[in-house]
Amino acid sequence: MTPPDSAAPSATYIFDAARPDRQARALADLTLGLARWRLALRLAWLDIRNRYRGSVIGPFWLTLSTGVMLIGLGLLYSALFRLKLMEYLPHLAVSLVVWNLISAIVIEGTTSLTSAEAVIRQMQLPYTVHALRGVMRNAIVAAHNLPLILLVFLACGVTPGAEVLLVLPGLVILGLNAFAATLFLGMLCARFRDIGPIVGSLMQLSFFMTPVLWKPELLGHWQFLLPLNPFYAVLETLRGPLVEGGGHWSAWAAALLYTAVHLGVAVAFFVRFRGRVAFWV
Amino acid sequence: MALIEAVGLTLEFPFYHLGARSLKKRLLGGARLHTDASNRVVVSALSDLHFRIGRGERVALVGPNGAGKTSLLRMLAGVYEPAAGRLRVEGQVGTLIDIAAGMDPESSGRENVLLRGLYRGLSAQACEALVAQVAGFAELGDFIDMPIRTYSAGMGVRLSFAIATAMQPEVLLMDEWFLAGDAAFMERADERLSSLVGGADILVLATHDMAAVRRWCNRVLRVEGGRIMADGPVEDVLASMT
Repeated sequence: MTPPDSAAPSATYIFDAARPDRQARALADLTLGLARWRLALRLAWLDIRNRYRGSVIGPFWLTLSTGVMLIGLGLLYSALFRLKLMEYLPHLAVSLVVWNLISAIVIEGTTSLTSAEAVIRQMQLPYTVHALRGVMRNAIVAAHNLPLILLVFLACGVTPGAEVLLVLPGLVILGLNAFAATLFLGMLCARFRDIGPIVGSLMQLSFFMTPVLWKPELLGHWQFLLPLNPFYAVLETLRGPLVEGGGHWSAWAAALLYTAVHLGVAVAFFVRFRGRVAFWV
Repeated sequence: MALIEAVGLTLEFPFYHLGARSLKKRLLGGARLHTDASNRVVVSALSDLHFRIGRGERVALVGPNGAGKTSLLRMLAGVYEPAAGRLRVEGQVGTLIDIAAGMDPESSGRENVLLRGLYRGLSAQACEALVAQVAGFAELGDFIDMPIRTYSAGMGVRLSFAIATAMQPEVLLMDEWFLAGDAAFMERADERLSSLVGGADILVLATHDMAAVRRWCNRVLRVEGGRIMADGPVEDVLASMT
């Protein structure tokens, strides 16, 4: 027999309904779940492998379709907006790749817990693992699009300066929001099954409301309203460092504020309702 | 030190996806349905259970469909939080409730064993040891490297059973599906379960099969309508049921 593993979870489970100790349990869920990142990563790879099973180029289909979209939209919208293709294309490449990632995280976040129903009802596993799995899966998929950005930058002669290092805090902001959204939407949509479809149509609307296809400057003197859009703020913390010399300070401030609020709401909801998830899924 | 202790344990399932208002009027006469503190319609799956299971006890949960046997297993596994009462489970818990849960049908048997090891938080080394052991017990031959969607029902059962018991849980919670194995497998399962319990562990088995109860258990909890109707040695409880 395998010797009991010291890394295995604590061997005593006590639950007293009179003292639910929600904060401690939620905290334990988060720390244990993050410690199990190897499991989450393995599950993320399995998701990708199963999604593209039998396909010859696998997730590179996404690269291909994003590439085709870039060429088509780049030609059309640079003409519509009367922008030079060489100036417009780097903006579009970064925006589209980041937007696809944000959109996939939000939409797949709605099923992060319901799709793991069988496991949730079988064993005591931190729910954090399921959220982490969704975030990692989408991060891996999005990484397949990175060559496109590189290619466009080379073709258009874009060479970002030292401000490119700001991409790192931008990625941290995106990662925190991705985790919060996956956990929060996963729970909310397990409880209220109508929210999933609503989120889908909201994301479609947001695609047009957010400067993905269009450049923020095109708004003219209405530009000051942009930081009200959380998607813009998060998108700008990545696009800014890459193509706009760092991004506007208002976007960074808004992104930090939204991230704090987003995390706060997600964690508060998690602490309060974690114990009900098994009944919801 | 394996131990399960339940004091006034109560489990309530809220009804979410039904029209609660109209349902309330129609159903509230029933014994197991009522509204809870936040005015939701809930069904009492289990009410006010008191029991204590110590080392070396092999407990059968018997009772009609819908009695709450599987719900009790899930609550002991820490999946459902009780609505009232106190639960204490000491020891590594192993669950065999849903055969397909945590399995990836497209992955091979070997990959699934590794995956289950990860689910349990085992180190890479312990996972490898687990594979060798499971392969030995499950007797899948070359099928260990085939996707498990190609397995027969019996092979799937053997694999799940081998994984769950190889991790040497101190508390094994099992639903009765594993009885789908063939005679040769049952004999080996018998051996494995005996050695588990010999190791001073706890088995809780939910089943309808009285032959299995007599074969593997030394105590019976008869559950009906979410309450414990009888608790005692196998023959005493079974005799009272006929």
